[in-house]
Amino acid sequence: MESWAIEVAQAALVLGLAPGLVGVVRWLKARLQSRRGAPPWQPYYELRKLFGKEVVVSRNASWLFRLAPYVVFASTAAAACLVPALAVERPLDGVGDLLVVVYLLLLATVFLALAGLDPGSAFGGMGSSREMTVAALAEPTVALAIFALALSAGSTNLGQIVARTLGDPAAALSPGHLLAFAALFIVMLAESGRLPVDNPGTHLELTMIHEAMVLEYSGRYLALIEWAAALKLLLFFALLGNLFVPWGVAVAAEPGALALALASLVVKLAVIAIVVALLETRVAKLRLFRVPELLSVSFVLALLAVTSSFLAR
Amino acid sequence: MTAETAPLLCLLMVAAYLAGAAGALAPLGPRLTRIVAAAGAIGGAVAGTVLATVVLVGGRPLVATVPALLSVGGGLALRLDGLGAFFLILVGVVAAPAALYGVGYTAAYQGRYSLRWLGAMLNLFLLTMSLVVLADNALTFLLTWEAMSLTSYFLVMTEHERADTVAAGSWYLAMTHVGLALILTAFVLLIPPDGGASFAELRGAAATASPALRGLVFVLAVLGFGGKAGLVPLHVWLPRAHPAAPSHVSALMSGVMVKLGVYGILRLALDLLGVGPAWWGALLIGLGAASALIGVLYALMEDDLKRLLAYSTVENVGLVFIGVGAGLLFASLREPAAAVLALAAALYHAVNHGVFKGLLFLGAGSVAHATGSRDMNRLGGLIRTLPWTAACFLVGALSIGGLPPFNGFVSEWLLFQSLLPAIGSTAPLVAPVMTLAVGALALTAGLAAAAFVKAFGITFLALPRSAEAGAAHEAPLTMRLAMVILAVLCALLGLGAALILPVLGGIVAGHAGLPRLAPPLTAGPLLLPPGGAASMSPSLVAIGLLLAMGGAWLAVRLLAARGLRVGETWGCGRLGQTPRMEYTSTAYAEPLRRVFAELYRPTEDLAIEVHPESRYFVQSIAYRSEIVPWFERYLYAPLVGRIAAWAARARVIQSGSAHAYLAYLVVALLALLAISLAWSG
Repeated sequence: MESWAIEVAQAALVLGLAPGLVGVVRWLKARLQSRRGAPPWQPYYELRKLFGKEVVVSRNASWLFRLAPYVVFASTAAAACLVPALAVERPLDGVGDLLVVVYLLLLATVFLALAGLDPGSAFGGMGSSREMTVAALAEPTVALAIFALALSAGSTNLGQIVARTLGDPAAALSPGHLLAFAALFIVMLAESGRLPVDNPGTHLELTMIHEAMVLEYSGRYLALIEWAAALKLLLFFALLGNLFVPWGVAVAAEPGALALALASLVVKLAVIAIVVALLETRVAKLRLFRVPELLSVSFVLALLAVTSSFLAR
Repeated sequence: MTAETAPLLCLLMVAAYLAGAAGALAPLGPRLTRIVAAAGAIGGAVAGTVLATVVLVGGRPLVATVPALLSVGGGLALRLDGLGAFFLILVGVVAAPAALYGVGYTAAYQGRYSLRWLGAMLNLFLLTMSLVVLADNALTFLLTWEAMSLTSYFLVMTEHERADTVAAGSWYLAMTHVGLALILTAFVLLIPPDGGASFAELRGAAATASPALRGLVFVLAVLGFGGKAGLVPLHVWLPRAHPAAPSHVSALMSGVMVKLGVYGILRLALDLLGVGPAWWGALLIGLGAASALIGVLYALMEDDLKRLLAYSTVENVGLVFIGVGAGLLFASLREPAAAVLALAAALYHAVNHGVFKGLLFLGAGSVAHATGSRDMNRLGGLIRTLPWTAACFLVGALSIGGLPPFNGFVSEWLLFQSLLPAIGSTAPLVAPVMTLAVGALALTAGLAAAAFVKAFGITFLALPRSAEAGAAHEAPLTMRLAMVILAVLCALLGLGAALILPVLGGIVAGHAGLPRLAPPLTAGPLLLPPGGAASMSPSLVAIGLLLAMGGAWLAVRLLAARGLRVGETWGCGRLGQTPRMEYTSTAYAEPLRRVFAELYRPTEDLAIEVHPESRYFVQSIAYRSEIVPWFERYLYAPLVGRIAAWAARARVIQSGSAHAYLAYLVVALLALLAISLAWSG
């Protein structure tokens, strides 16, 4: 019973924290660019406003367009429930491993891409085509990085990976771990639509991927999609933080450990947010056809991660 | 139902198919011909499925011999064990909906092509496919195999007035007979000089054969059966022949017949030859990975819906072979638990692919039926006019894309998990092979998702791109029903994984030196690969997804504003949206075409005609682009040219005189006698 309470609390926490994380990254970016910027809690206002507005749907759109936001939100939320944000021992840990998380996120991507095609606008098709290209090319990196993690943990179950690294702290600094971290970091930038792959702050037709795809959405549908995107960002940050630097994640289900876990999660998210904000301030967006090069770099990193993990055993 | 009913069921299956074939040929009205042919096929498919279930549940194989028939080769010998029963179920599960679909689909053929011939051939095709998995000696196997190839050739040739159908048929006929020659050689090499050719005797002979001979037999079998299965580079007939056939036949060929190539390799490598060296598995993994990648890359570039599906068959067969290869590899490394998991995953993917590819071909057939076109650049917007077809095709697309909670997701997850135990292996080269296999598997999964977003999105969404697509109509009831059955099966095979996986483990256990008792692969609703590497529950993931969707819907319904206004698609201020603004199939794949330009080497042709007064006024733009697969350009084109040149040279002995031909016969007979004398003496 207690463990289920933790599960529910954790789900509520990631759902609630996600828009704030996006706000923090935006705010940090603004500060780094010497702008005052909107406050970090601005995304909450935006969501409230969007949920309160009526929806405008293209007359060419089908039922799929109206179903997609729910599928996108549900699959991202389901994936987020599988990530060990606070505790290792969880009833849901056996239900899905890291691969299931990846496939649930792919389900969300596929529905967004289909919804992008549905209203028949050129922007939607463009965003959809580009998004699927990036998603397809990121896939092998993700799988190999998972393979590298599984190589040292002996499992693809998230709880077990965390527990294994906690039990053997030196493993966190092994080359295999570090390389896999770098590979997944690049994939995270690509998958969550950050610079240098996609620019989350632009509405210039020729540069956008994610924004082009969701251009036709408004009102509550857009709110669900924005929330899911924020959730995906938090999910990736939490994965990077807790799989590679697992200290702080609660092993026992006691209040003190959980409080510590919450604090450490916030610190990890903040650190990664600062890194991403710094990066987004420093680099320019890549041309679309340079993106595959970046992804192949991440693929090579993941391949090296597997190799070095294998040699280190 | 007890095991005693098995022979009766077998007889019933054969009788139903034969009755269907005979009934189709009888002088009935066209409508009745269609119904009788389908009834025979469905009856045979159901009887076959029940028979296979009885054998699987009873655990006792069915044995039946008719020594009087084919007495030269040791009589007609039939035996159905677990492995055969699995493939018999696969035949039945796809055949019954496909035959049902044929009732409505072939109505359009009336008056153009022979419905009688089509109905009879369909029944015979299904009968021979069922008998292939029952065959228990070399002659029975080879004869039924060849009969299966010929009947499917006649089915491919149904629309024989079209030039591309004839070309596809010729490719198929040539490739399948090269394969037959290789398979025949493999069997002949195995047959002991003083013994018969029953599978039991072959098994004994293989146990004492030299490693070199066993290796040779294995390679010949891989090439022969791999050609039928569509392994790269022997797959060239597949994207030609499968689309040319009527769609319910395409479903059977892609969904089932190619799997019998997998069956052939499993029967030979797993059952007859027994445990082999590690390179057997590595070879299959390599060929499988290459097929998966090349298949999906060309599927992505296709604009023809049925050709896209055919290339995706090459991809999925590659995935199955990765699993089979991993199984053989682990078996030879004496890691039985990992081997059982890999082989079970391969079988799981085989049946899943049968179901979703069958569904997708039926869907594509329904699109062609409604619009008369398979070119996606001329389709679009069909989700409104073909709602049933669209929903079923979406389920198929999600399944084949490996997305939860459908069946493709489960088998792809199992394939990934079956490669992971390689981590623990210290054998040389295993780790690099498996690492590359994981990379190939993942890239394939990603590209397959992109290909099927394109296939569904361009065909069914947005505005119709041609008048025919705009005037489309939904398929008749039989066709819709067949698609719904397969779509439901896609969901059930995903959700019921925890019940299905142990059965598959039981089927492969006992073969190739694996223990008779399969390791437990599940625990309650969880799939639990041996070694405790991971766990997953498709049914719980599905429940979680549904709960999250329901929760989100309820919360939005209760808390958010409800207003909904229908408006125009935003066009940067331009009013009046036309289909010409939409992304096309070619455009959708353009980024990936650029990324893999080195592989595709597309030829592009852009002609812009401008106004004579100013080059800024464009009058017309013509863009043509073509991709010729490189193995066709560099491997098959020279080969076909060479063969044609030889054939032209051999024409001199074709005098047209019957006397000369008789002389050739005598000379050939004498030569063969001399050779056989020299061989035995």
